[in-house]
Amino acid sequence: MEPQFKPGDRVCIRVDYPARHFRTPGYIQGKTGSVTTVHGAFRNPESLAYGGDGLPTQFLYLVCFDQTHVWGAYPASPDKLYIDIYEPWLEPA
Amino acid sequence: MRHVHDRGGWPDAGLIARAEHDYAMWEKRTDAMLRVLTRDRHIIRVDELRRAIESIPPRDYETMSYYERWITAIETLIIEKGLLTRAEIDRRVETIAATRQV
Repeated sequence: MEPQFKPGDRVCIRVDYPARHFRTPGYIQGKTGSVTTVHGAFRNPESLAYGGDGLPTQFLYLVCFDQTHVWGAYPASPDKLYIDIYEPWLEPA
Repeated sequence: MRHVHDRGGWPDAGLIARAEHDYAMWEKRTDAMLRVLTRDRHIIRVDELRRAIESIPPRDYETMSYYERWITAIETLIIEKGLLTRAEIDRRVETIAATRQV
Protein backbone atom coordinates (compact mmCIF):
# COMPACT_ATOMS: atom_id res chain seq x y z
CA MET A 1 0.00 0.00 0.00
CA GLU A 2 1.29 3.44 -0.96
CA PRO A 3 0.68 6.71 0.88
CA GLN A 4 -1.96 8.89 -0.78
CA PHE A 5 0.01 12.10 -0.10
CA LYS A 6 3.63 13.18 -0.44
CA PRO A 7 5.66 16.01 1.11
CA GLY A 8 4.52 19.39 -0.22
CA ASP A 9 0.92 18.30 -0.90
CA ARG A 10 -1.75 20.68 0.37
CA VAL A 11 -4.29 18.90 2.56
CA CYS A 12 -7.47 19.84 4.40
CA ILE A 13 -8.39 18.15 7.68
CA ARG A 14 -11.84 16.57 7.68
CA VAL A 15 -14.41 17.90 10.14
CA ASP A 16 -15.86 15.03 12.14
CA TYR A 17 -16.75 14.43 15.78
CA PRO A 18 -17.68 10.72 15.97
CA ALA A 19 -19.04 9.54 19.32
CA ARG A 20 -15.92 7.45 19.86
CA HIS A 21 -12.19 7.85 20.35
CA PHE A 22 -10.42 9.72 17.56
CA ARG A 23 -7.00 11.33 17.19
CA THR A 24 -7.62 14.62 15.43
CA PRO A 25 -8.19 17.60 17.74
CA GLY A 26 -11.06 19.97 17.06
CA TYR A 27 -8.89 23.04 16.60
CA ILE A 28 -7.23 21.59 13.49
CA GLN A 29 -10.38 20.25 11.80
CA GLY A 30 -11.36 22.18 8.69
CA LYS A 31 -7.89 23.75 8.46
CA THR A 32 -5.57 23.52 5.47
CA GLY A 33 -1.88 22.73 5.69
CA SER A 34 0.90 21.00 3.81
CA VAL A 35 2.43 17.58 4.26
CA THR A 36 5.96 17.80 5.64
CA THR A 37 6.85 14.15 6.26
CA VAL A 38 5.34 10.72 5.68
CA HIS A 39 6.16 8.98 8.95
CA GLY A 40 5.10 5.55 7.68
CA ALA A 41 2.18 3.19 8.29
CA PHE A 42 1.09 2.39 11.84
CA ARG A 43 -1.65 0.43 13.56
CA ASN A 44 -4.84 2.45 13.76
CA PRO A 45 -5.12 3.92 17.27
CA GLU A 46 -8.85 4.43 16.81
CA SER A 47 -9.13 0.61 16.73
CA LEU A 48 -6.43 -0.09 19.35
CA ALA A 49 -8.37 2.11 21.76
CA TYR A 50 -11.13 -0.54 21.86
CA GLY A 51 -8.86 -3.56 22.13
CA GLY A 52 -8.79 -4.07 18.35
CA ASP A 53 -5.72 -5.16 16.40
CA GLY A 54 -5.34 -1.76 14.71
CA LEU A 55 -5.26 -3.33 11.24
CA PRO A 56 -5.16 -2.35 8.48
CA THR A 57 -2.37 0.09 9.28
CA GLN A 58 -2.79 3.73 8.29
CA PHE A 59 -0.26 6.20 6.97
CA LEU A 60 0.69 8.90 9.45
CA TYR A 61 1.82 12.31 8.23
CA LEU A 62 3.47 15.33 9.79
CA VAL A 63 1.39 18.25 8.55
CA CYS A 64 2.42 21.89 8.80
CA PHE A 65 -0.01 24.78 9.34
CA ASP A 66 0.38 28.53 9.61
CA GLN A 67 -0.49 29.54 13.17
CA THR A 68 -2.29 32.61 11.82
CA HIS A 69 -4.56 30.24 9.87
CA VAL A 70 -5.25 27.91 12.83
CA TRP A 71 -6.05 30.59 15.41
CA GLY A 72 -8.27 33.49 14.42
CA ALA A 73 -6.70 35.98 16.80
CA TYR A 74 -3.06 34.98 16.24
CA PRO A 75 -0.79 38.02 15.67
CA ALA A 76 0.89 38.30 12.27
CA SER A 77 3.89 35.97 12.33
CA PRO A 78 5.60 33.20 10.33
CA ASP A 79 5.00 30.73 13.22
CA LYS A 80 4.11 27.18 12.22
CA LEU A 81 2.20 24.38 13.90
CA TYR A 82 3.29 20.80 13.17
CA ILE A 83 0.91 17.99 13.98
CA ASP A 84 0.80 14.24 13.26
CA ILE A 85 -2.39 13.22 11.47
CA TYR A 86 -3.53 9.86 10.08
CA GLU A 87 -4.44 9.57 6.42
CA PRO A 88 -8.23 8.98 6.79
CA TRP A 89 -8.45 12.52 8.22
CA LEU A 90 -6.83 14.14 5.18
CA GLU A 91 -8.42 15.37 1.97
CA PRO A 92 -6.64 16.93 -1.01
CA ALA A 93 -6.80 20.75 -0.86
CA MET B 1 -19.62 18.76 18.98
CA ARG B 2 -16.19 18.81 20.57
CA HIS B 3 -15.66 16.32 23.37
CA VAL B 4 -14.76 17.44 26.88
CA HIS B 5 -11.08 16.38 26.71
CA ASP B 6 -10.46 18.14 23.39
CA ARG B 7 -9.16 21.36 24.96
CA GLY B 8 -6.97 23.06 22.38
CA GLY B 9 -8.31 26.59 21.87
CA TRP B 10 -11.23 25.88 24.18
CA PRO B 11 -12.88 29.25 24.87
CA ASP B 12 -12.50 30.44 28.45
CA ALA B 13 -10.43 27.42 29.44
CA GLY B 14 -8.29 29.75 31.54
CA LEU B 15 -4.56 29.78 32.03
CA ILE B 16 -2.55 26.61 32.57
CA ALA B 17 -1.45 26.22 36.19
CA ARG B 18 2.33 26.12 35.93
CA ALA B 19 3.15 25.80 39.62
CA GLU B 20 5.01 22.64 40.63
CA HIS B 21 3.47 20.47 43.32
CA ASP B 22 4.24 17.27 45.19
CA TYR B 23 2.47 14.08 44.33
CA ALA B 24 0.41 12.21 46.88
CA MET B 25 1.37 8.58 47.46
CA TRP B 26 -1.84 7.36 45.78
CA GLU B 27 -0.91 9.39 42.70
CA LYS B 28 2.54 7.79 42.55
CA ARG B 29 0.92 4.36 42.97
CA THR B 30 -1.54 5.14 40.18
CA ASP B 31 1.34 6.06 37.90
CA ALA B 32 3.21 2.87 38.85
CA MET B 33 0.09 0.75 38.35
CA LEU B 34 -0.42 2.07 34.85
CA ARG B 35 3.19 1.37 33.95
CA VAL B 36 2.86 -2.22 35.16
CA LEU B 37 -0.41 -2.67 33.23
CA THR B 38 0.95 -1.16 30.01
CA ARG B 39 4.70 -1.50 29.58
CA ASP B 40 5.40 -4.50 31.81
CA ARG B 41 2.32 -6.70 31.39
CA HIS B 42 0.77 -5.40 28.16
CA ILE B 43 -2.72 -5.64 29.65
CA ILE B 44 -3.74 -2.06 28.83
CA ARG B 45 -2.74 -0.01 25.79
CA VAL B 46 -2.26 3.72 26.16
CA ASP B 47 -4.84 4.14 23.38
CA GLU B 48 -7.36 2.33 25.61
CA LEU B 49 -6.44 4.54 28.56
CA ARG B 50 -7.10 7.63 26.46
CA ARG B 51 -10.43 6.25 25.29
CA ALA B 52 -11.44 5.40 28.87
CA ILE B 53 -10.45 8.87 30.11
CA GLU B 54 -12.44 10.47 27.31
CA SER B 55 -15.46 8.33 28.30
CA ILE B 56 -15.66 9.94 31.76
CA PRO B 57 -18.92 11.93 31.88
CA PRO B 58 -18.10 15.62 31.20
CA ARG B 59 -19.24 16.84 34.63
CA ASP B 60 -16.99 14.33 36.40
CA TYR B 61 -14.14 15.01 33.97
CA GLU B 62 -14.24 18.72 34.82
CA THR B 63 -14.02 18.14 38.58
CA MET B 64 -11.44 15.34 38.61
CA SER B 65 -7.72 15.86 39.02
CA TYR B 66 -5.24 14.39 36.53
CA TYR B 67 -4.63 11.16 38.45
CA GLU B 68 -8.28 10.83 39.44
CA ARG B 69 -8.99 10.55 35.72
CA TRP B 70 -6.21 7.98 35.36
CA ILE B 71 -7.40 5.75 38.21
CA THR B 72 -11.00 6.02 37.03
CA ALA B 73 -9.95 4.92 33.53
CA ILE B 74 -7.77 2.10 34.92
CA GLU B 75 -10.77 0.83 36.92
CA THR B 76 -12.97 0.94 33.83
CA LEU B 77 -10.43 -1.04 31.80
CA ILE B 78 -9.54 -3.72 34.34
CA ILE B 79 -13.26 -4.36 34.89
CA GLU B 80 -13.80 -4.44 31.12
CA LYS B 81 -10.96 -6.94 30.76
CA GLY B 82 -12.21 -9.12 33.59
CA LEU B 83 -9.21 -8.68 35.91
CA LEU B 84 -11.40 -7.47 38.75
CA THR B 85 -15.11 -6.90 39.22
CA ARG B 86 -16.65 -3.67 40.43
CA ALA B 87 -17.77 -5.56 43.58
CA GLU B 88 -14.21 -6.71 44.30
CA ILE B 89 -12.88 -3.17 43.98
CA ASP B 90 -15.66 -1.73 46.16
CA ARG B 91 -15.12 -4.42 48.80
CA ARG B 92 -11.41 -3.64 48.95
CA VAL B 93 -12.09 0.09 49.24
CA GLU B 94 -14.45 -0.62 52.16
CA THR B 95 -11.81 -2.74 53.87
CA ILE B 96 -9.18 -0.02 53.53
CA ALA B 97 -11.63 2.68 54.68
CA ALA B 98 -12.50 0.61 57.78
CA THR B 99 -8.80 0.21 58.63
CA ARG B 100 -8.20 3.94 58.31
CA GLN B 101 -10.97 4.76 60.78
CA VAL B 102 -9.33 2.82 63.60
